[in-house]
Amino acid sequence: MQTDMSKLHPGITWREITEGTRICAGGTSREFNTGEWTTVKAYIDEEKCKQCLLCVPVCPDSAIAVKDGRRLPVDRDHCKGCGICVKNCPFDAISMKEEERENG
Amino acid sequence: MAKRERLSGNEAVAIALRQINPDVFPAFPITPSTEIPQYFSTFVANGQVDTEFIPVESEHSSMSAAMGAEAAGARSVTATSSCGMALMWEVLYVAASDRLPLALTLVNRTLTGPININCDHSDSMGARDSGWLQVYAENNQEAYDNMVMAYRIAEHKDVRLPIMVCQDGFITSHAVENIILEDDETVKNFVGEYEPEAYLLNEKQPMSLGPYAISDYCMEAKRAQAQAMHNAKQVILDVAKEYEAITGRHYGLFEEYRMEDAEYAVVIIGSAAGTAKDAVDALRSQGMKAGLIKLRVFRPFPGKELAEALKHVKRVAVMDRAESYSDQGGPLGAELMAAMYRNKNTADAINVLYGLGGRDVRVEHMEELYRQLERGDLPEGYSYMGLRE
Repeated sequence: MQTDMSKLHPGITWREITEGTRICAGGTSREFNTGEWTTVKAYIDEEKCKQCLLCVPVCPDSAIAVKDGRRLPVDRDHCKGCGICVKNCPFDAISMKEEERENG
Repeated sequence: MAKRERLSGNEAVAIALRQINPDVFPAFPITPSTEIPQYFSTFVANGQVDTEFIPVESEHSSMSAAMGAEAAGARSVTATSSCGMALMWEVLYVAASDRLPLALTLVNRTLTGPININCDHSDSMGARDSGWLQVYAENNQEAYDNMVMAYRIAEHKDVRLPIMVCQDGFITSHAVENIILEDDETVKNFVGEYEPEAYLLNEKQPMSLGPYAISDYCMEAKRAQAQAMHNAKQVILDVAKEYEAITGRHYGLFEEYRMEDAEYAVVIIGSAAGTAKDAVDALRSQGMKAGLIKLRVFRPFPGKELAEALKHVKRVAVMDRAESYSDQGGPLGAELMAAMYRNKNTADAINVLYGLGGRDVRVEHMEELYRQLERGDLPEGYSYMGLRE
């Protein structure tokens, strides 16, 4: 079946791979951490942020989600570090920084 | 009931498409294929088909729109020639790797340059590695029959690849010949409805088509695509058999003409096969064991079958209507000689280029070629036929 998503993994053989590598499922970008592609990511200064939410619609990766009228922290698994939110923030509350890694 | 008609190749293909009634036909005009969408747009205007006809701004767009429609779940077709196909190039590969079984009716015309509007096979031969099925016609009847059979091959679940239905520019596309047309109902029933398994407009099953395939997947995807091309060989034969049962007209991967005891053979693609058959008949009446193989299917390439068919010949001339500029000859020469070597066929083989840019091919040219084979007067490298030295 083309719709069997379990067949798309790096161990797949050519006999089993989906036809044309099509992905027959929705919302699959959640499983693919495109945030790994960048060295810098958006960090929001919680004191400067006024929760105006102007950063939300400009994010090309939908990495700033909104819940109950307030934005959530940046989804670093999907922030690709483009910096558009930084340019768009009226309060200079967002800056691009190298990712803080626990193990250096 | 089938009926006799007098039609040009372009008219014949347009009528086949009217009978098939595809869902979407995006098109951009280019000589000599222009008449196909032109005739078809008349059918649209007259309400004889319910196809969505889209006049687009370029061939890159016509192929993209045809591909998009096919991905959405529609049966689509487009038409082009020469530089028009060159402009489709990028999308040809995408249509094949996305496994979209759309059809392209290609009227073969040389690629520029020098700029020229007449027939040779440099356009389709250039796209030989794009992953498309390629079927060629000798005459208008074959152009029509190949068009009717096209979707059955392309859409088969073991194949699902786009198909290029080729005919020779002006020679078959514009020359009027007697032809037998099957009736609309027969064609409609033979072709059937398009039932895609996965398509973008299926709201019950979201789908991403053509996703980025990292190195972990790309090779497996290409190997699977190559298998579909391999599978097509049997499907082409099965569809031809079914078509023969209805129409009485036989088709294979290639046609063998007086090959049973042939010692000197020519392998050729397209309209010039008709000229070569006249030469074979003339030489046979003079006692020469001459034979001809007319290749119908170039993709998938029936290398093993051709090598087998040429098993008993002493010498063979492999004819190319496209220059590869490889310093080795043309594409058919390269592929057939490789296939002969692999299959331990040791007949002397030469590669001859002919008919470039619409250069006329005459019966006497072909007769002289057979005599050259008989004399064993074989050129080093490859040669040109009908060239002023």
